[in-house]
Amino acid sequence: MAIDDRWLLPDGIEELLPPEARRLESLRQALLSLYDSWGYEQVIPPFVEFLESLLTGTGNDLDLQTFKLTDQLSGRLLGVRADMTPQVARIDAHLRRDALTRFCYMGTVLRTRGDGFGGSRSPIQVGAELYGHDGYESDVEILRLMLQTLAVAGLAEVHLDLGHVAIYRGLARQAALTQEQERLLFDALQRKALPEIQEQLHSYTLGTAMREMLLALAELHGGEDVLDSAAYILREAPRDVQQALATLRQTAAAVRRQEPDLPIHCDLAELRGYHYHTGLVFAAYVPGYGQAVAKGGRYDGIARVFGHARPATGFSADLRTLLALSATREASPTGIFAPEQEDPALEHCIAALRRNGTRVIRALPGARADPLELGCDRILSKHDGVWRVEPLNADS
Amino acid sequence: MPQILTLALAKGRILDETLPLLAAAGIHPSIDPDTSRQLILPTNHREIRLVVVRSSDVSTYVQYGGADLGVAGKDVLLEHGGEGLYEPLDLHIARCRLMLAKRIDADKIHGRLRIATKYANITRRYFATQGRQVEIIKLYGSMELAPLVGLADYIVDVVDTGNTLRANGLVPIEPPLAHSSARLVINRAAMKMKHAPIKALVHGLGKVVAARQGQPQLQRTSQQSWSISDA
Repeated sequence: MAIDDRWLLPDGIEELLPPEARRLESLRQALLSLYDSWGYEQVIPPFVEFLESLLTGTGNDLDLQTFKLTDQLSGRLLGVRADMTPQVARIDAHLRRDALTRFCYMGTVLRTRGDGFGGSRSPIQVGAELYGHDGYESDVEILRLMLQTLAVAGLAEVHLDLGHVAIYRGLARQAALTQEQERLLFDALQRKALPEIQEQLHSYTLGTAMREMLLALAELHGGEDVLDSAAYILREAPRDVQQALATLRQTAAAVRRQEPDLPIHCDLAELRGYHYHTGLVFAAYVPGYGQAVAKGGRYDGIARVFGHARPATGFSADLRTLLALSATREASPTGIFAPEQEDPALEHCIAALRRNGTRVIRALPGARADPLELGCDRILSKHDGVWRVEPLNADS
Repeated sequence: MPQILTLALAKGRILDETLPLLAAAGIHPSIDPDTSRQLILPTNHREIRLVVVRSSDVSTYVQYGGADLGVAGKDVLLEHGGEGLYEPLDLHIARCRLMLAKRIDADKIHGRLRIATKYANITRRYFATQGRQVEIIKLYGSMELAPLVGLADYIVDVVDTGNTLRANGLVPIEPPLAHSSARLVINRAAMKMKHAPIKALVHGLGKVVAARQGQPQLQRTSQQSWSISDA
């Protein structure tokens, strides 16, 4: 490495400097206290753990995204977490509680490849999970907490996207597609590639009704009225599909009641995290950003592999993305400039101010310091033997 | 507030063949893209604008939301993996075949094949399905030259008429690796947030394409009534 390059950071790895670091920290605190006020307890999972437990029940994508290293003590492979959700699910499964559990978490994750815009490989993941309830009401709670998170972060004009992976799963099962056919069709549906979907469906042996239903999925997206069309088009679908659609409609209606002005988009072919999610999936979008800013859904299956199957729903977002899109601009901090001289009265005065949370910046001998440059708007000065805080006069 | 739609088009054949489609759908650029140096072209619709980029960049622009929609060849989407894009409409323009070709007088090659192409990913995947290990030589143009000067044994390239191959003493090997035509691609977030205008545009272009193909639109009369009810 040339000496000139030593300051370079790896691709997708970033550091935060003032004032951004301060903004991030205050957002972090605001979000944690929001989750606390909703009764979500914080867990702090480790940064690395055995690879098997990190990847259990999550599929191939996360495997490729995970940095691996060999543990010199046990000889086993360790993974640096690329997603905290499986960790939190493991924690919940291990606690073996039967009561409802609400967890929140925040921490840096590391990814081998950046997937977002700008390709960050070290997002600061923040999220909340609710275990032990399988009704749509818990999905709605998580969804509202996600919206609240975005509101606290100062994101405006949020759009919500809703889908349900059990609709496609149920149809594919009923159509008796082979695993390979299901995968190919899933791939085409994800891209809403109508020409390919038509071609595939015509090459499979399917009844006309089933073909029509699968084909319709790719076009069943739009406002909430799409769900009415879906109910009509999928009227002959198997029971579990009907059930999934009913859940989706209940969820949409409940969100609508609580957030009357929120733009809601429904998409029956939204199959993000298909191998992982089992029910409702949702994501939030904001204008000017080409990808979801927060996303989540139901994943009842994951805890089973940890030996304690129970329903689960949750969401997560990247704090760095939220910060970058935030419309709120904090005023930069102000402070009091204190002279360098030794004086017990001055020390006392400074200590009292700092105890109150006021920023006091001390001059150091021999260093030229401009109080304005240090962000100070007041100064400590001595009058008649008493130290007083006075406004900083720019021309004095 | 009207939502602005940005449509990314690739300079060259795709632009030339897309403009008539847009015109038939009632969208005309206000500036002639052939003579203007502007990269953002307004149209007769205030809420629709065009941007002209390189063909391999279209999917990048659309993926990251620099443009809401784009027109990209299926060959480019296959090569650059149009991840996170919707591609609901085959525009049936800029048709071509992706073909393997060799020198007419080539001897049988033993061992590892050397293949010159700009479609490195498609070529690698194709030979993987054939169970053959190949050496890929990434080139950016004039692929036909590579076998002639001994740089490669085969080439993989798009073939329209096959005249360039013949003129250089190469023969294509059937069947093609892939058939390609231009697709309308859409950014996911835009589809969700600008749903009504996008669906209207997709529907408009779909009608034009279907009329040109002389077939009922995507054989989908039964669902027309609901699919555009909010457009």
